[in-house]
Amino acid sequence: MFRNGIEGFAKKVRETQVWKSIFRHGPPNNSRNRAAVVAGNVFLHLHPIKLKKSGVQLGYTWCMGGLTFFIFLALTVTGVLLMFYYRPTAEYAFNDIIALREHVPLGIMREIHRWGAHAMVITVWLHMFRVFMTGSYKPPREFNWGVGVILLILTLLLSFTGYLLPWDQLAIWAITVGSNMAKATPFLGHGGPGATLAQIGDFVMVSDKNDVRFQLLAGRFVGEPALLRFYILHCVFIPLVVGVLIAIHFWRVRKDGGISAPL
Amino acid sequence: MIKEFINYISDPIRSFPIMAILFFLQMKFYRTFGTKKFYALLMLIGIPLVFLAATDPNFLLILTWPDNVPISLLILSLGFFTWLSFHKAAVNDARIEAGEPPVEGTPEMREKVWCWPNLVYTELFMMIAATVFLIAWAIIFKAPLEEPANPTWAPNPAKAPWYFLGLQEMLVYFDPWMAGVVLPGIIVVGLLAIPYLDTNPKGNGYYTIKERPMAISLFLFGFLVLWIFLIIIGVFMRGPNWTFYGPFEFWDFHKVQAAFNINLSEFFWVKGLNMPMPRSIFLREIVGIVLTFAYLSLPGFLFSKMKRGKEMLERIGNIRYYFLVFLVLSMGTLPIKMVLRWLFSLKYIIAMPEFEFNL
Repeated sequence: MFRNGIEGFAKKVRETQVWKSIFRHGPPNNSRNRAAVVAGNVFLHLHPIKLKKSGVQLGYTWCMGGLTFFIFLALTVTGVLLMFYYRPTAEYAFNDIIALREHVPLGIMREIHRWGAHAMVITVWLHMFRVFMTGSYKPPREFNWGVGVILLILTLLLSFTGYLLPWDQLAIWAITVGSNMAKATPFLGHGGPGATLAQIGDFVMVSDKNDVRFQLLAGRFVGEPALLRFYILHCVFIPLVVGVLIAIHFWRVRKDGGISAPL
Repeated sequence: MIKEFINYISDPIRSFPIMAILFFLQMKFYRTFGTKKFYALLMLIGIPLVFLAATDPNFLLILTWPDNVPISLLILSLGFFTWLSFHKAAVNDARIEAGEPPVEGTPEMREKVWCWPNLVYTELFMMIAATVFLIAWAIIFKAPLEEPANPTWAPNPAKAPWYFLGLQEMLVYFDPWMAGVVLPGIIVVGLLAIPYLDTNPKGNGYYTIKERPMAISLFLFGFLVLWIFLIIIGVFMRGPNWTFYGPFEFWDFHKVQAAFNINLSEFFWVKGLNMPMPRSIFLREIVGIVLTFAYLSLPGFLFSKMKRGKEMLERIGNIRYYFLVFLVLSMGTLPIKMVLRWLFSLKYIIAMPEFEFNL
């Protein structure tokens, strides 16, 4: 098998029918195959086959958009693993988190998930910072900047909804502080300006039983319904929206001329 | 002694103006700031200082609290990348002045290269580095977990997640409807509007400061000084009851902060005219209402009469011009409210608790 060394073995593997059925081109060491490897791979085809040299300089791009996407993927993988152990109820949630730490082999999935979430917020901010400093939001990329702003907010919301799930003191009080802001929404929150105006006789139109905070928490305080609501938002709804917007974001990067460079 | 001094100047009353001045100097002398020597100097002074500061038990406690680690990371990376972008802008601006294209626009950089291996290998390397980094971080620091949720016992201070602490810090100066809803909304709308308000065609696809000084100053003031700096204060220097604690100060629950904040209407009617407050809400708050309207309308109008403003108005048109003015003025409300609070203990400019409308 190794009669011709590791090189010879690799060559043999590449000649097998299995390898050839997966990779339909030769090794990417000539122009034709380099084009084929990028264009023919579902993951790599997000990239252009050739791009300006300025666009591959780490000093120019900082790789922050790419890192954000990679951390998003890492969070998806670790998040799915966590979902095997975690039950979003007031009775089990906290104990499941303890079990994740104490009883699950290699129990650092929650750590990776939590620190990854913080890291993603940082890389997203740095990505926006870089895009601003290079003026990359200027025509023809105005729309994609907008998609990026929405993705930035969704990243914060993802992190925020995930903050509640450990169901410890840190979680419920941070979410209490955060969601109390919704109470003060003008006209739509029962503590906000204008809410007292929306009153017909004795009938209060905006109260703590129907305002935006109630819709967010499914209750008047951070309780079990809020836990379920945040769980679904965190694990299903926001990731789906983010996934779609990431697709649009990457598609538009290509369609708007790739990574920005002087005109 | 030095610690007491640092505690003293860290109070936002002093540290915020210091940061604003430092930011102004950084923009003004961005070429000096962007030199490698300056960065080396910053690191040579900064790193030993942080290690020295970490010998203090109180500082070490807030620095190594697990959820605060990202903030240290944020400060470090943001410091480096701010310097890097200024460095690249300084290099490019010198080249542009000499009549050369920016570094990103040289024939060598315009050359097309293969995605494989140039980009793909960089991405692979960054993915591996990020994985190693995350795993190392996960092994060193346990994810925080406190006692089980207890709705009947609120911790003090109860803090939002760190990325929202800038907003929570704004609660010192604004009511929740402003700090938590209206101003964040304006931030989002303002960010979305940037590409349509900044019609300067220069500086697209390369680092430069000289070709777009106003855009960069406005954005970075909002981002670095208002957003990031307030987060740092909120994370490191706000203890029980959201009272200010210096970085070397023990979080003593009994620290008392004298707060006698007065509304503008009280200043005007009671202290100024020496008469009782009028019964009518709108008459009572008339000064604040007039001042707010003047603040929102006059600066834009007056600026449009000046040479630069006139040019701008003609270039981008009425709607964009007044929208941009509105955004800048909204951003200005925060520093203005801070200064008024510190100088006059002013609580609200318009105070209508009857409608929960306090500004």
